[in-house]
Amino acid sequence: MSRESLINAALLLGLAAVPLYAWATDEPFTITLATRVAILALAGVGLNIALGLGGLVSLGHAAFFGIGGYAMGILASHAQSYTPLMEVPFLIEGTKSMPVIWITAVVASALAALLIGVLSLRTSGVYFIMITLAFGQMFYFFAISWPAYGGEDGLSIYIRNDFPGLNTLDPIQFFGICFALLVLALWLNARLARSPFGLALNAARQNAQRVETVGLSPFRLRLAAFVISGAITGLAGALFADLNRFVSPTMFSWQMSGEIMVFIILGGVGRLYGPVAGAALFITLEHFLGGLSEFWHIYLGALLLGVVLFARGGVIGLLAGRKVAHD
Amino acid sequence: MTAILFIEQVLNGLQFGVMLFLMAAGLTLVFGVMGLINLAHGSLYMVGAFAAAAVAGATGSFLLALVAALAAAAAAGAIVELVVIRRLYDRDHLDQVLATFALILIFSEGTRWVFGSFPLFLDIPDYLSGPVTLPGGIEYPLYRLTIICTGLVIAAGLFWLISRTRLGVRIRAGESDREMIAALGVDISKLYTVVFALGAALAGLAGAMVGAIQSVQVGMGEPVLILAFVVIVIGGIGSIKGALIGAILVGLTDTLGGLLLPELFKLFMEASAASTTGSALASMLIYILMACVLIWKPQGLFGGQA
Repeated sequence: MSRESLINAALLLGLAAVPLYAWATDEPFTITLATRVAILALAGVGLNIALGLGGLVSLGHAAFFGIGGYAMGILASHAQSYTPLMEVPFLIEGTKSMPVIWITAVVASALAALLIGVLSLRTSGVYFIMITLAFGQMFYFFAISWPAYGGEDGLSIYIRNDFPGLNTLDPIQFFGICFALLVLALWLNARLARSPFGLALNAARQNAQRVETVGLSPFRLRLAAFVISGAITGLAGALFADLNRFVSPTMFSWQMSGEIMVFIILGGVGRLYGPVAGAALFITLEHFLGGLSEFWHIYLGALLLGVVLFARGGVIGLLAGRKVAHD
Repeated sequence: MTAILFIEQVLNGLQFGVMLFLMAAGLTLVFGVMGLINLAHGSLYMVGAFAAAAVAGATGSFLLALVAALAAAAAAGAIVELVVIRRLYDRDHLDQVLATFALILIFSEGTRWVFGSFPLFLDIPDYLSGPVTLPGGIEYPLYRLTIICTGLVIAAGLFWLISRTRLGVRIRAGESDREMIAALGVDISKLYTVVFALGAALAGLAGAMVGAIQSVQVGMGEPVLILAFVVIVIGGIGSIKGALIGAILVGLTDTLGGLLLPELFKLFMEASAASTTGSALASMLIYILMACVLIWKPQGLFGGQA
């Protein structure tokens, strides 16, 4: 077992152990913090497929996060008020069932990712960063100005949605659901990276021209990666909305996109468990520094600057020793 | 809707576009010459607005406030370039995005720490307030007209600077081949600092001038920054001409879209539904414009190879 996989196992065990300990000592707030870590790490794992494997620096992943959130908010709010979502051409009812909401969130954000991807992947480099940022902002302004689902105020859901056989209102059980999905996404990411698709994607990042000469289309590889990436981030958005029982346009904001990217960098670019380490560090910092000083973002900024300028492998790079994981 | 309202809105769109140009020009110069994507450009806009509000509050002079905005933003730009940005030129875009994202956090929270969370106000001076009558009997605020003229003068000045002066020659040379110009004995790192400070000063000026119309508050720079990105994508990275045309296109689309789309939907919808649908769609209009330009020309209207 290499040092990195030991660290990865420790990370995952730690993330599971902290809420279990909190559950035993009856501290529900700590469980909620750990649930936040799991959900945000899931969003990071989503972005990491585009960013780490595909080299696609997307600064608009909040769009998918928000779409997932609104998928949950819209379905649950209709179920809550007993009004159908639409009647023509066919009847669609709202729902409080988590699996249905997840599927809706995944499909909706995958479709959005397909649309955004087809347009933005025509370009590369800086253009791609700016365009994804702009599309994310488009959803943000749309969510603010569309009054049917709360507009700027967002939507509140009174009771958390149901999962068959579990009591989702119990913090530890909801944590279990989020943690299981995170593990599933990590497994999927690891499988993807080793699959022929993942290898081709990796090659397209390093040298698109050669991949093209071999007869593969870098555009289609990247588009597929972008769609998978958006779908996972969308799922995280639905869970995040369920955790807070609230959705608002801030889920679409560009700061959200930036934060998801920050998780990856803090943890280490191109590392499978980078987003987990990054999200855990981010939430811990937010909790402790936020308690110390109202202006904790200054320290976060300084730390981030330090990591980018001097410790390029992030936390995992620092612990595992090897400086940079890819190119 | 009357013709006068329409012309007023065209002028508003022009004013908005000209301000966007001041932001976009700095970004596109920095990208064209140094190959750097700078998210913290919006923070320099904010620094300019706060410096202007503070100096105007202390001295009461609007001109001094503008000078302060230029100086503060240029100084902040130069310091940031010397301390952080120059380490990023050789890095990939991901590192640049993150480091400048970190700078935004530091700038925003630092400003909140110094000035507090409440917005400041910057008053339009007496000699620029009040309406002016344009040919055709249109009354238009003098201050906004001043902004349009100032912006156009600066645009002309920038074109002159880039195409006619020695600094402009060096900037263009740096854009096409940085090793060669360094080999010819030009101090390339000093040139980079100057270009960055110039872009920062333009952003600071834009912040101060817009600050007198809107409020001066933390986080005011980022929405403008993202619009400036849209401008650059439309105009083509590195092209000042593209930035000007893109900025005016975005300014007009945004302003006129908010006015015309609800009217358009009223033709076939009932009034309240038309105004909500129209304004929701209007908020997305510039991004749709950007998508269309991209489909047509992926490198932007005046972009070379990125």
